[in-house]
Amino acid sequence: MKELRSTVCIVGVDESDEIGTVPHKSQLTLHLEAIHNAVRDAGLKISDVDGIFTAGQHSPALLGEALGISPRYIDGTSVGGCSFIIMVGHALLALHHGLCDVAVVSHGESGRSQVGVTRSRDTALSGQYEIPYGFGPAPTNFGMITTRHMHEYGTTLEQWAQVAVSTRQWAALNPKARFRDPLTIEDVLKSRPVCYPFNLLNICLVTDAGGAVVLTRADRAKSCAKKPVYIWGAGEGSEHVSVSQMHNLTFSEATRKSGEKAFAMAGVTHKDFNHIMLYDAFTSGPPIMLESLGFCKPGEGVYFFEEGKSTPGGTLPINTNGGGLSYTHSGMYGIFPIIEATRQQRGECGARQVPNAKISLVNGMGGMLSAAGTLVLSNEP
Amino acid sequence: METPNRPIPQPITPEARPYWDGLKEGKLMLPKCEDCGKAFFYPRVFCPFCSSRRISWIQASGKGKLYSFEIAYQNFNPAYKIKPPYIFAMIELDEGPHMMSNLINIDPDPKVVKCDMPVEVVFEKLTDEMAIPLFQPAK
Repeated sequence: MKELRSTVCIVGVDESDEIGTVPHKSQLTLHLEAIHNAVRDAGLKISDVDGIFTAGQHSPALLGEALGISPRYIDGTSVGGCSFIIMVGHALLALHHGLCDVAVVSHGESGRSQVGVTRSRDTALSGQYEIPYGFGPAPTNFGMITTRHMHEYGTTLEQWAQVAVSTRQWAALNPKARFRDPLTIEDVLKSRPVCYPFNLLNICLVTDAGGAVVLTRADRAKSCAKKPVYIWGAGEGSEHVSVSQMHNLTFSEATRKSGEKAFAMAGVTHKDFNHIMLYDAFTSGPPIMLESLGFCKPGEGVYFFEEGKSTPGGTLPINTNGGGLSYTHSGMYGIFPIIEATRQQRGECGARQVPNAKISLVNGMGGMLSAAGTLVLSNEP
Repeated sequence: METPNRPIPQPITPEARPYWDGLKEGKLMLPKCEDCGKAFFYPRVFCPFCSSRRISWIQASGKGKLYSFEIAYQNFNPAYKIKPPYIFAMIELDEGPHMMSNLINIDPDPKVVKCDMPVEVVFEKLTDEMAIPLFQPAK
């Protein structure tokens, strides 16, 4: 696995022209804007793209059609919001083996305005065993993990709230973030109760947004417009769909697997990172991800979110774009932490730039910690 | 009967028929592996523990504990008409499997509801042909 390290680079990243509340644009438009912008960021042309990777409601074939290209490598792995993180690993393999030369991983979702959104999937399991009890969107499932964590480790509502507070401090420094006003623990605890143990400010935003990432082999990356960001490691895994099927409700086996693979490929250990991006659909997600990745013992993940650690100026900056909690969360958020880590590694982040960003971790979940993808990214080979 | 105040389970899949037939008669039926002896949930034609396809059915005791819970302060599905707050429950049955349900006959207050509290099944009839298992604090 180690021979794959730094063979492939991220050479282009960008969001759609607008993110947030965008009722005047279809999901396809969000995709196409993001792809156009990311390919331009790389200094490449759409006609250079011959690998298309996407998840969600559009197939890679549709994106090829809309872009007017006929890709020779396509991947539609759809296991939730981390699919795009997983696809970076898939693209790495395809590029490394010459199955394509320029890969685009794209996301476009009208999560807030629901322009053109239709849901169609097999609901036989949820329809029989969950829906009759009133279960529905993610908070009604992720809360189970969170409540049990509080029971087993004594984690408090204040500690979860600290994750939202820390993330908001980063959002304040990101002009593209939806919410930038300062937040206190008290604000989180006093926000509208939605589904215990979650109040509104424990839960991510719902926005409209697109994002895309362009990749190519390291040799070609050197001639692209921006400094290449090397993929040191990539890993993935899955465990379940329903939280009732988790082997350990407070620990993500998928996350553990994805991290171990990515770290082994990269040849790094936990202490090597100085920038971390974690999928924060809920305030309890990032601490549990850190625990599942082995950064700390189970129950200790919340300690990373104290003032001076995860926050601006802290020793281990986490979710520097403002996260799904304050920057944007269209539904399948996983493309955005990749974009942010790439920008941090390039040194493009202005007020929120992590000094001497050298090795970034990107980790995301699909569903309820059901699937996971991990990337190790660096501005050096 | 009146219109049920919650979504009717659907679609009922053929492999789950003994589960649904049991509920109609006030029995909580679980699939059990003939080879490794473990009960599991949800019904499927394959043992998730040992990969066996020799599956039979047992009647569960209906006893278990509240493994985890949430308290809904709003409805998340328009067809679910029970007035919030109410409790989403993950039950650990004494036979081993985890299943989702609602915990009823208790104050929906996190100071009152506790993980690992003992619970027991109660059957709620939705139509003449359909019942679902709910849980309440064990007596």
